[in-house]
Amino acid sequence: MALTEFDELQGVTFQLNGHAVRIDGPPAERLSYALRERAHAKDVKVGCDAGDCGACTVLIDGNPVCACTTALGQVDGATVETQAGLVANDETGKALAAAFQRHQAAQCGICTPGMMVSAIGLLRRQQTPTEEAVKDALGGVLCRCTGYRKIIDAVLDAGNSVEAPVGGVGTPMARVDGLPKVTGTEKFGDDVAPADTLTLRVVRSPYHHATFELGDIEAYRANTGVDLVLTARDVPGTNCFGVIPGFEDQPMFAETETRFKGEAVAAIVGPADLVNGLDLTAFPVKFTPLSHALVPEEAAGIADLHEGRAQNVMCRGFVKRGDPGPALATAAVVAEGSFSTGFIEHGYIEPEAAFARRTGDRIEVHCCTQAPVMNKEGLAILLGLPPNAVRVIPTAVGGGFGSKLDLTAQPFVALAAWLLDRPVRVTYSRSESIATSTKRHPSEITMRVGADADGNIVAAEFDGVFNTGAYASWGPTVANRVPIHASGPYKTPNYVARSAGIHTNTAPSGAFRGFGVPQSALAQEPLYDDLANALGIDRLEFRRKNALRNGDPTVTGQVFETGMGIGDCLDALKTHWDRALAEANEVNAKGGPRRRGVGIAGGWYGCGNTSMSNPSTIRAGVTAAGEVVLHQGATDIGQGSNTVITQIFATALGVPVPQIRIVGPDTDLTPDAGKTSASRQTFITGNAARLCGEALRARILRLANVSDAAELEFGTGEIRVSDAAGERRISLPMLEPDNGDYVLEAVESYDPPTLPLDENGQGSPYAVFGTTAQMVELEVDLALGTVNLLKITAAHDLGKAINPLLVEGQVQGGVAQGIGLALMEEFLPGRTENLHDYLIPTIGDVPPIETLILETGDEHGPYGAKGLGEHCLIPTAPAILNAIKDACGARVSHLPATPDKVLAAIRSQTAPDKVKADT
Amino acid sequence: MQFHRPETLEAALHLLSEEPVRLLAGGTDFFPALAGKTTAEPVVDLCRIKSLNGISRSDGAWRFGATTSWSDIRDADLPAQFLALQQAAREVGSIQIQNAGTIAGNLCNASPAADGVPPLLALDADVEIAGPAGVRRVPLERFITGVRRTVLQPGEIVTAVLVPEKTGTHSAFLKLGARRYLVISIAMVAVALDCADDGKISEISVAVGSCSQVARRLPSVEAALAGTPAEPTEVKACLKDVDLAPLAPIDDVRAPADYRLIAVRELIGRAVLMAAQEGR
Repeated sequence: MALTEFDELQGVTFQLNGHAVRIDGPPAERLSYALRERAHAKDVKVGCDAGDCGACTVLIDGNPVCACTTALGQVDGATVETQAGLVANDETGKALAAAFQRHQAAQCGICTPGMMVSAIGLLRRQQTPTEEAVKDALGGVLCRCTGYRKIIDAVLDAGNSVEAPVGGVGTPMARVDGLPKVTGTEKFGDDVAPADTLTLRVVRSPYHHATFELGDIEAYRANTGVDLVLTARDVPGTNCFGVIPGFEDQPMFAETETRFKGEAVAAIVGPADLVNGLDLTAFPVKFTPLSHALVPEEAAGIADLHEGRAQNVMCRGFVKRGDPGPALATAAVVAEGSFSTGFIEHGYIEPEAAFARRTGDRIEVHCCTQAPVMNKEGLAILLGLPPNAVRVIPTAVGGGFGSKLDLTAQPFVALAAWLLDRPVRVTYSRSESIATSTKRHPSEITMRVGADADGNIVAAEFDGVFNTGAYASWGPTVANRVPIHASGPYKTPNYVARSAGIHTNTAPSGAFRGFGVPQSALAQEPLYDDLANALGIDRLEFRRKNALRNGDPTVTGQVFETGMGIGDCLDALKTHWDRALAEANEVNAKGGPRRRGVGIAGGWYGCGNTSMSNPSTIRAGVTAAGEVVLHQGATDIGQGSNTVITQIFATALGVPVPQIRIVGPDTDLTPDAGKTSASRQTFITGNAARLCGEALRARILRLANVSDAAELEFGTGEIRVSDAAGERRISLPMLEPDNGDYVLEAVESYDPPTLPLDENGQGSPYAVFGTTAQMVELEVDLALGTVNLLKITAAHDLGKAINPLLVEGQVQGGVAQGIGLALMEEFLPGRTENLHDYLIPTIGDVPPIETLILETGDEHGPYGAKGLGEHCLIPTAPAILNAIKDACGARVSHLPATPDKVLAAIRSQTAPDKVKADT
Repeated sequence: MQFHRPETLEAALHLLSEEPVRLLAGGTDFFPALAGKTTAEPVVDLCRIKSLNGISRSDGAWRFGATTSWSDIRDADLPAQFLALQQAAREVGSIQIQNAGTIAGNLCNASPAADGVPPLLALDADVEIAGPAGVRRVPLERFITGVRRTVLQPGEIVTAVLVPEKTGTHSAFLKLGARRYLVISIAMVAVALDCADDGKISEISVAVGSCSQVARRLPSVEAALAGTPAEPTEVKACLKDVDLAPLAPIDDVRAPADYRLIAVRELIGRAVLMAAQEGR
């Protein structure tokens, strides 16, 4: 009888990247786990453990498969290739890595291994594939950053070799931190713990709302043999964290009551194989379910979740200007409607992960974070330590989009490592990540907008209720930001906007690209279409007519004398708009089940905190050896701050980018560059980098006593400074050192000028607004309600594009998230806690995107640059909804516009053709 | 932990006869069901049994070995009757899933949304099962009995899917989802038909997935379409009010039940015309 058997003792042998390896592990274990943890192939990424994301794709005997759905024992005798091996050993792999770098096809880099391995599987069969073949080959790998278009570009261009440009401000150079991402050496949150680090798992409530009692914890610990069990009793500091002063309300471990499904009640720590094998439902805790509210309208019916927040109202926001009541009453036309959106999951492919170790009286936490300094301060409070006893070292971040601002996994490992004095790590499972991480706030909005007979907006009235979940997180920011932005970038002389954040028994809603502004745009922009149509004015023209111009007051009374670029964005779309409308008319005239539609929407976003100080500091120095070192603390979550800040600094100092060595981020080594959120890094940290570069340059010029026009050249132990008068040499070892690190150092900070808002929300909340207008072309299947996107044209006023290639990447990625918001995404607590029920766009769902970069300059931005991160997705969803309505007359107001909702909207109107004819 | 990789069917059946085991093939349903854990039960991996793999034809029937992957089916040179099956293979999850997932695994997992089931139902497939009592054949319609339930008994292994050869039959498959790739369908439709020389449908089978606990054939629809000219107007008129029994869709995160029925009616018409077009 032929029978091949394996057990753990025999090991599994196979070829891994050209080397024979033997792995001693359970043969039924996932290959992904065995490769990462037993063969140290950390370039194999785990995003879902269910074949839903493709990040763990490897080639087995040349075929791409998910390592997470393959047993280790199944590859005995096989050939396994991973990204790192393919790039090191395979000519196609090398060429593809270069193309990925050249095109910036890797943003955060977490999906890059899966993308590249899948692409190599294709390229070995077809050297010059079509775009459709690329999509088919890569359709099984999810990316949340890039919008996929640069990845397609890179695969199609893998056969070519072109030198990418390198340079300072304005140069579309490759990422300075890109190479590790495309070669498989990047270290993310789950990649940094040393072997044999103890593993931590979190015990969580299975109920939306419950009280609980813990059983005999010590007996559980003894019976299971784990090293440590943590509960609220073990928290040495204040068992409470949060992000907004005055709104810290979330415990690290619940004490007697859990307020959402998935809230932590305990954690267990021990060797990986022991802890991973435990059935956590056996943990000694008894829950007693309480009545719960999942939507704001139920919230007043349950007891207050937090003391002092009556009826579960967390906070409200308000902006009023002029007198909207009478203005609406006398308006020639008024458009009004109710709109809603659901929870949106960030869907980064890297789940939360952290690793901590104690170093004497200090604790060191390595984690994927957007806000190292805020994390450090929060951890110090939880642990009862002085802030300087905590060091946070950000790893590469596999996508963040706002959710990795808050503390998640870090406190657990920090406390465990502190108590045990042994290294401890944790990685959330996909379902744990989706169930417990912050979300985009669900919104319920009613809005009325009025215009006069000439098409001038006269007034708007906005009411928005936002489900902020069980804890505050960034809910107050959303409540404050929305009323300032709900007018859109349009002149609105009479205006009132009211917002409320309501607590419910769901995962906390927090920061997600746009902080509530995408939701408000989903009310305002469709109503603008209604007004334009009612007045018989072209929809683009209607927006141009009402666009804020330099010198116009915003709804908070703020006046920008320069840089209000929405008019430029709309103007830039004009030729595209005319072409698209003509094409749609031509196609629709032929009839058939699919109808073409064109939609447009505008958007704006104030960069940085709302009426609050939010400085960034940049430090740089020159060593005695002549090396220029930039201490860059702005966390790069894929958006490109490592590159942008370096380009700005290089330009300010006057040196080539490759001469700069980057240090950080690391709270011990880099000054506080604030959090990566609110589209603030290019603008605020960029300004600090500019000031720092200029200060360092000024010192050098003074030393050499030369003019501002001098050129600097850094050599070994010297700086050569030359101008029209000749060349001077500064001998660096001869200089009196500034400190132990540098002979010349500069530290500069920048805090954007803002003014507080008064009781009517009047004031100057932001130093800069970025603006955008996007146009969507699509077709709707009238019988099925399905939507096929054809093209998106995105015009963005950036003031100045520091790196145009990064700009395109940000825009495409934001647009892709807008597509998901519009057409498919909705988190339902307890129901869509995986990546096959919670759908994000795949490579086949993002059409070609043309980015139109407008550079209108800015009074405050570095070299005139504004932020961009959030702006890109704000107009996308409303433009899609407007295009759907243009195609078939159907208005979908409650997202996502899944095929059933689109079809219901089509069927709810009597004669689509007639409506179409009216518009 | 025991992890067996038998190389013959006999060896596999012997292992099954000794103790309860978990069967493993492509792993694409096996691992997600474990929710992150590693199973502690004995595992029998069927992938090394050569006789269970591959596509062959004999005695008027096509045989798809149990562990034949969706990629193999997708890329195989098969006659026209199998176009629906190949179109379904192309729509299974992703390339990664198609490279690993197997035809028998898709049936045994018994998901209401199994992509392989509607085309195989439309092709009158049988499931071949080996067990302690020998080999038996069960029509696919009777093989899957409910959500995650089949007639497979302890000790049994699916060895092949058998499809009667039908020259002159053309087929089509349509899958509806909310995104392009990695789709668990809202609804899917497979149609296999023969058209007479006059352009009328002479024989037809229609199967629908994701709209009942188990994918089903639609007898009333088949009866209504038989004899109808395969032309848009006629097919549409024929389907307008036809009874969609035994479909019994539910509301879930993917779509409400009523939408599924509307979409299925439309998709059937399109699949009929696609299949008929293939025959021209």
